[in-house]
Amino acid sequence: MLLIHCPWCGPRNESEFACGGEGHIQRPDPAMAHDEVWVDYLFYRRNPKALHLERWVHAQGCRRWFNVARNTLTHEIRAVYRMGEKPPEGVR
Amino acid sequence: MRYSLFSLVRQGLNDHQQWPRAWRDPQPKPAYDVVIVGGGGHGLATAYYLAKEHGVTNVAVLEKGSLGGGNTGRNTTVVRSNYLRDDSARLYEHSLKIWEGLSKELNFNLMFSQRGMIALAHTRHEMHEMQRRLAALRLNGVDSEMLTPAELRRWVPILNPRPKPRYELLGGMVQRRAGTARHDAVAWGFARAADARGVDIIQNCEVTGIRREGGRAVGVETTRGYIAAAKIAVVVAGHASVVMAMAGLRLPIQSYPLQALVSEPVKPILDTVVMSGLIHVYVSQSDKGELVVGAARDGYVSYAQRGSFPVIEDQVAALIELFPIFSRLRFLRQWAGIVDVSPDLSPIIGRTPVENLFVNCGWGTGGFKATPGSGHVFAHTIAGGEPHPLAAPFGLDRFTTGRLIDEGAAAGVAH
Ligand SMILES: Cc1cc2nc3c(=O)[nH]c(=O)nc-3n(C[C@H](O)[C@H](O)[C@H](O)COP(=O)(O)OP(=O)(O)OC[C@H]3O[C@@H](n4cnc5c(N)ncnc54)[C@H](O)[C@@H]3O)c2cc1C
Ligand SMILES: [Zn+2]
Repeated sequence: MLLIHCPWCGPRNESEFACGGEGHIQRPDPAMAHDEVWVDYLFYRRNPKALHLERWVHAQGCRRWFNVARNTLTHEIRAVYRMGEKPPEGVR
Repeated sequence: MRYSLFSLVRQGLNDHQQWPRAWRDPQPKPAYDVVIVGGGGHGLATAYYLAKEHGVTNVAVLEKGSLGGGNTGRNTTVVRSNYLRDDSARLYEHSLKIWEGLSKELNFNLMFSQRGMIALAHTRHEMHEMQRRLAALRLNGVDSEMLTPAELRRWVPILNPRPKPRYELLGGMVQRRAGTARHDAVAWGFARAADARGVDIIQNCEVTGIRREGGRAVGVETTRGYIAAAKIAVVVAGHASVVMAMAGLRLPIQSYPLQALVSEPVKPILDTVVMSGLIHVYVSQSDKGELVVGAARDGYVSYAQRGSFPVIEDQVAALIELFPIFSRLRFLRQWAGIVDVSPDLSPIIGRTPVENLFVNCGWGTGGFKATPGSGHVFAHTIAGGEPHPLAAPFGLDRFTTGRLIDEGAAAGVAH
């Protein structure tokens, strides 16, 4: 069971949260984007065996979204930061 | 050596001390016509059919660990072909047909047991979805029928007997030709048969790089040195993104843990596979008597082969709801494999933007059943350079053309 630090509620069990997948994905401009860009946006993900920047929601708590930097092999959580923020320095 | 009753008796007289190796343990050669990365069932089946159907025998299968140590040896062994879409029904049915004669063909007992698989319906919506799927299956010539609650209870009397269970039993759908098989026997059977036709099976050999010359792949870097290859086929399940990144390619794949549990062995109590999509669990009984229980995949990308505890809790709760009689069973083992999930829950089979580099992945939570069919169509694709007709709809290009093969209903819970 992961212990996740919700930026608003503090440390809570993994079972209170849901993961929303890779974070920091920008929707392309529909007027400008050609097929390759759309395909990339819709379907292609980094899926690294390493540090992963992803979105989580505190579904059974405050219900707010936030970002988590987590290693997908060790599950170590390196950082938790708010929506709209960049990952802290040194976490990449 | 052919396995038979005769060879069993003869080896028995020698206290089983003189069985020969089932396959060689060769040193890698400097170059091959085809290098297959990944010694799971799919990779080994591909090698076997390359040799058998296409006469391509200068082939190596490179496996970083031991044969079948990946998802092939970790899955819950359900084999079926009752998929919704035409393209999938054809592909999985092709595979099921091969299963039906495979033990004999490979001269290896795969313990393939067509004990049927029942999917339960607890809501009217599920009944509707099943009836719709049934109609599609009939059109594709795949056997399936609906079961009434009375028929369900006659077949599986241990289903929750309470008069008003929390999840009512409205009916079910069964594919009688579905069933289970011995998972690692599939890897071993294909390995032995491929080896007998000259394929080099090389274990403890991890691919660490893919060498490219311009737009072409020319060989692989491994922990046992560089190996040149006219063609390279990547069949590494949950590690598809990692290995394809070595050639500079990305994939529409995400890797998640999928878990399973087995109980202590008990006397025969369940002679089929029962699955509930709504409360998310499925169970069968192995020939050793253990209950084999599977459920949903974990909720986040991971390469840690263990799986998260909340999933186990949900899975066990669902099992007890369906079968209260199992509430005092003890569980012996729990494990996870890393599965490669594609956006439409269908596999990706075929060429890649890099010349001479082929990929077969995206089988996600449900590729064990497809092992022989997948190897068969992939070998054709590699040998001729053109996709096998059954594999053609499953190319990478479908994500650009938009011709997805959405198996959310047939492959989401039922693996
Ligand atoms: C718990 C669980 C239950 C499942 N239940 C079912 C089920 O009931 N029915 C069903 O049909 N399917 C099921 N599946 C899915 C099924 O197991 C897989 O889809 C299928 O086995 C994939 O086979 P494969 O040969 O492609 O992969 P694998 O058997 O995983 O083989 C891939 C191999 O590639 C190797 N490899 C990876 N990277 C490298 C590298 N760099 N160099 C060399 N080798 C490498 C790995 O070590 C591995 O042995 C289940 C999976 C799990 C985990
Ligand atoms: Zn919160």
